[in-house]
Amino acid sequence: MDRSFVARNPSVLVFLALLSLFTLVVTVLSEGFGIGVISTSFVKTLGKTLCLCLIAVAMDLVWGFTGILSLGHFAFFGLGGYMIGMWLMYERTRLIVVDAMSQAEIPPTPSEVVDAIGSQIFGVVGSSEFPLVWAFADSLALQLMLVVLVPGLLALVFGWLAFRSRVTGVYLSILTQAMTLALALYLFQNDSGLRGNNGLSGLQNLPGVTAAQDIVSIWFLWASALALGLGYLLAAWIVAGKFGSVIRGIRDNEARVRFLGYSVEVYKLAVFTLTACLAAIAGALYYPQAGIINPEEMAPIASIYLAVWVAIGGRGRLYGAVIGAAFVSLLSTWFTGGQAPDIPLGFYTIKWVDWWQVLLGGSFVLVTLFAPQGIGGLFDLWSNRRHPDRHGANLGPDAGSLREKEATQ
Amino acid sequence: MSTLLEVSGVSVSFDGFRAINNLSFRIGNAELRAVIGPNGAGKTTFMDIITGKTRPDEGRVIWGEKSVSLLRLSEAAIAQMGIGRKFQKPTVFEDQTVQENLLMALKNTRGWLGVLFYHPTATDLQKVDDLATEIGLWQELTRKSGELSHGQKQWLEIGMLLAQEPRLLLVDEPAAGMSPQEREHTTDLLVQAARTRAVVVVEHDMEFVRRLNCKVTVLHEGSVLAEGSLDHVTSNQDVIDVYLGR
Repeated sequence: MDRSFVARNPSVLVFLALLSLFTLVVTVLSEGFGIGVISTSFVKTLGKTLCLCLIAVAMDLVWGFTGILSLGHFAFFGLGGYMIGMWLMYERTRLIVVDAMSQAEIPPTPSEVVDAIGSQIFGVVGSSEFPLVWAFADSLALQLMLVVLVPGLLALVFGWLAFRSRVTGVYLSILTQAMTLALALYLFQNDSGLRGNNGLSGLQNLPGVTAAQDIVSIWFLWASALALGLGYLLAAWIVAGKFGSVIRGIRDNEARVRFLGYSVEVYKLAVFTLTACLAAIAGALYYPQAGIINPEEMAPIASIYLAVWVAIGGRGRLYGAVIGAAFVSLLSTWFTGGQAPDIPLGFYTIKWVDWWQVLLGGSFVLVTLFAPQGIGGLFDLWSNRRHPDRHGANLGPDAGSLREKEATQ
Repeated sequence: MSTLLEVSGVSVSFDGFRAINNLSFRIGNAELRAVIGPNGAGKTTFMDIITGKTRPDEGRVIWGEKSVSLLRLSEAAIAQMGIGRKFQKPTVFEDQTVQENLLMALKNTRGWLGVLFYHPTATDLQKVDDLATEIGLWQELTRKSGELSHGQKQWLEIGMLLAQEPRLLLVDEPAAGMSPQEREHTTDLLVQAARTRAVVVVEHDMEFVRRLNCKVTVLHEGSVLAEGSLDHVTSNQDVIDVYLGR
């Protein structure tokens, strides 16, 4: 107990070392800073994958360690993206507008500039007025704060209402999904103030930066790797201490935790809100690399995918979540990108673009049924850790509790 | 003797069934009490009401020197005031080590921020070691509690209860599934604990109750049928009719 945090958790050091190595290798092989083996678009894919790994760590914290199967964390991810997207779009449009107007004989007044930006941004939805939600879009500092504040506040209010009423298990999952769906449907409306189904676009262009995309993509790769590293470190620190003990107790048997004098609702709310903020940071780094965000990104299916990644990687171990997210999302890119060779069967040709979803769904079912420890469980074989023989009994009475095969001795 | 907990005129119904019917009960600061009664007498519901799991339809539950009503407090707040509960089935955190279980139970701040930045002090670790020695699990400190035997889990739970340093201990059938030797050890622990705090033991096993050698409360159909020494209540005709006669 007296040994330092890192000494007690050597896997954290290994993870950080591998992440640094990965970032270095990609940088060296990139077009922007290295020998150009990896294309800029693939660097962006890798950078986005790191962001997905970060939200998977958040999901593992809330589901794998606290037992709350949230199907709404991609809503927070998307909101984070929207918050940074608003500044990126506003500022870039402003620079263009100012540049165009500087040709005019009479210098434009500030209100003329704002009006011109408004009609540029909102022309697609038949408006030119700035909605109230864009009030701070001109300030990078404020929008960066909103990246964390808006999703954090939403999670805080939603979580307070849900946990206070002691909604648990499947019902909570349905509730989180309803929240996600409601948010996506709201954003689809043109008068929601965020350009409806057009979403925000051109986010890959950083205002005032003249560097080319092959350089910018590497910057974002570094930022995403840094965020993932810090997020992983934070999550590992949280679960290693007594707080981790309490939330694992909540996952397996929340009534017992309550009778020990811990306010279960407050702990759930803290984890839910913290992971929402982590998800939002991941989203704020993801969408400038994707270049576009629209409400489709926040559809409930995205949050379900997130649960699938964590399940395939191995719930209740942080590196499992990272492996699951990286493995499945990269594989998905490969299959849906048309790079996977079709399989001709004579009477029918399997095109992976169509069949990938079936393959993913099938593997999810198989992993859940036969190998709940997921890909992360392979490390147990290697480190010779065994699973307890409990004759099929879970490790606690609650719905989200650890299953026999997920546990190690 | 000053009163620590007073339950008066408490009733609760579930779908028309009166589980507790005008029940009154009081216990002093350092007292051992056995609660017996046939199945369905309301023993578990009685504990649920004290610990805040069930809200009574009427009646009062008053706690401590300041006469605080427990009826409006959450389970966690009641536990923090100093009421510890041991369940019938041993419920320990099976995926965590004996040490983690005890550290979680150890009396300390329960707030999430305090817990997040908590680092066990040498005193805390010493307390855990002492407790583990007392419950005979010192050699198992680093083992996951799910691997322990049934009796060891019962003890771990008793140890967790003691670690909370409660002023009132509610113990539901502590001797269930224990060997005769383990029972004896458990009796000693409970008697010793009752020197400094109030202990309520709900038990089926008359032999075990006899060994506790304390005042007995007999529950029947949700209210108190008789109260006094074991010999006194077992000679009571009502008690013989409803409980012992069968």
